Amino acid sequence: MIARQDHALRLKRAEAREKWALFGLVLPALLTVALVVLLPVSWLFYLSFLGEDGSFSLENYHRVIAQTSYHRVFVTTLQVSIATTLICMVLGYPLAYFLAQLPPGRAGFFLFVLLLPCLTSLLVRTYAWLVLLQNTGLINSVAIQAGLWETPVQLVYNFTGTLIGMVHIMLPFFVLPLYSAMTGIDRTLMAAAASLGAHPVAAFWRVFFPLSVPGVVAGALIVFVLSLGFYVTPAVLGGGRVIMIANLMTAILENRLDWGAASALGVVLLLVTVVCIVLVGRAFRTSATLFGRP
Amino acid sequence: MRWMGRPATDTQISHGRRMWLYLYAAVILLFLVVPTLFVLPMSFSGARFLEFPPREWSLRWYEAYLGSATWMRATATSLIVAGLTMLAATGLGTLAAYGLVASRRKIGRAVFFVLLTPMIVPVILIAIGTYYAYAQLGLNNTIAGLVMVHTAIALPLVIVIVAAGLRTYDMTQEQVARSLGASRAQAFYLITLPQIRPSVLSAAVLSFLISFDEVVVASFVSGGANATLTKQMFDSLRDAIDPTIAAISTLITVFSFLIFLVMRMTLRRGDRSRRHNVGSGPS
Repeated sequence: MIARQDHALRLKRAEAREKWALFGLVLPALLTVALVVLLPVSWLFYLSFLGEDGSFSLENYHRVIAQTSYHRVFVTTLQVSIATTLICMVLGYPLAYFLAQLPPGRAGFFLFVLLLPCLTSLLVRTYAWLVLLQNTGLINSVAIQAGLWETPVQLVYNFTGTLIGMVHIMLPFFVLPLYSAMTGIDRTLMAAAASLGAHPVAAFWRVFFPLSVPGVVAGALIVFVLSLGFYVTPAVLGGGRVIMIANLMTAILENRLDWGAASALGVVLLLVTVVCIVLVGRAFRTSATLFGRP
Repeated sequence: MRWMGRPATDTQISHGRRMWLYLYAAVILLFLVVPTLFVLPMSFSGARFLEFPPREWSLRWYEAYLGSATWMRATATSLIVAGLTMLAATGLGTLAAYGLVASRRKIGRAVFFVLLTPMIVPVILIAIGTYYAYAQLGLNNTIAGLVMVHTAIALPLVIVIVAAGLRTYDMTQEQVARSLGASRAQAFYLITLPQIRPSVLSAAVLSFLISFDEVVVASFVSGGANATLTKQMFDSLRDAIDPTIAAISTLITVFSFLIFLVMRMTLRRGDRSRRHNVGSGPS
């Protein structure tokens, strides 16, 4: 009897030991992430609270808020991010709706087309827009030949160019979560609405659209939060005239090596990001409870 | 054109009345795909300034790229960094995914979340943070330093993909192998790994492309003789529109697609041979 208990205990211990050993396989990955992401970012966090005299202070944040030249950067960042999000919503909702209505076999091809740009390097796509939008570029020359406008319109190295480039990059990030939310909507609801006499348009606005709102919210938040941190596109397509937070952080480091101010900006960016991601999680949970999907 | 009159949805709206939706979707999909394609003819232009369509054709921008020691060195750096990142991220990520799935520990969820942070933290913060840390450690402008950051950035995706592959795989097969005398490592290598091969392969290809395309961290952490192709391109894009970039862009795009196609073909061949051998493939 004692021997058997002993045996069971030993087995249990061996199992626990093995589980911990298996868990140890996670350590190399965890260590890498800790060393090059968590530690450096925590260090920036620390630097942002370090005053000139080396003690804890909020002066970096004060400086960031008080500096009026930074206000324009905050406004620009918000303007670009909100505009990108709104344009993605207008362009992306019908596209996601179109994809969600397709039979599964055919949707695969169109989803592949949607993801094609993601296979292309971000820099290559930015460069392509630079080439197309410049004063002697294709769009201007075609528009002038067609008589739409007489002299070249400045489409790049400004807000417009930045916006076009960012929408091009962000659109799949809006469409994909919305598409997956839409495919989860019970289609028989639409048939039920129709059988009860609803006009197709009314059925869409009163049944389908409200059910798709959590997907819209999730997609919009993802686009918004990714847009806030953009660096490459405004730097190239904005031509130095569109300065967003990430560009400002770089400029502060390049010009003044002011790690405190740059870190404070980074911490604000990170906090906004985390809040938005929590909200995305909420939106997805709402859609999950609505559609009964895990 | 009879299909236009047929109902398209459960609300009996006809295809004809939804034409606007199809056109709208087509225009937006074209907006996503077409702009990049214009780079291709541009790269064969003979003119100093980019014009469309090019008036004369030449290979001068390809010659400019292939003949430049700086561009060639940057390309070599990018390929080395991407290759090493692929090995490190796929190896560490597969181990981590296996550990998380097989150990079934409660803190696995928390650890999984921590492993996803490189995907959540804005990349500019990772770039500046590592730039600062590497300045103390003397790791800036080294290949090892850049590979470490790129590995961390690629890890979340590798772990998500491999863990998804492991979830459709029946772990009891390993227990069978072990009851027949295989060690845990043997069971993993001989039984599990071949069956999750498609996930591991996709993860490897994606982590290669992530590193090869990465601009922001590379523009901070890489430099000098070890500047990557993306850093070099980014720097020259900020100065002027250099047609050499059109040639490089075309080559990069073709290269990315080739890698993607090879992956698709390998996966499909694997699928077929498995179906032939086993009779019924895994779900």
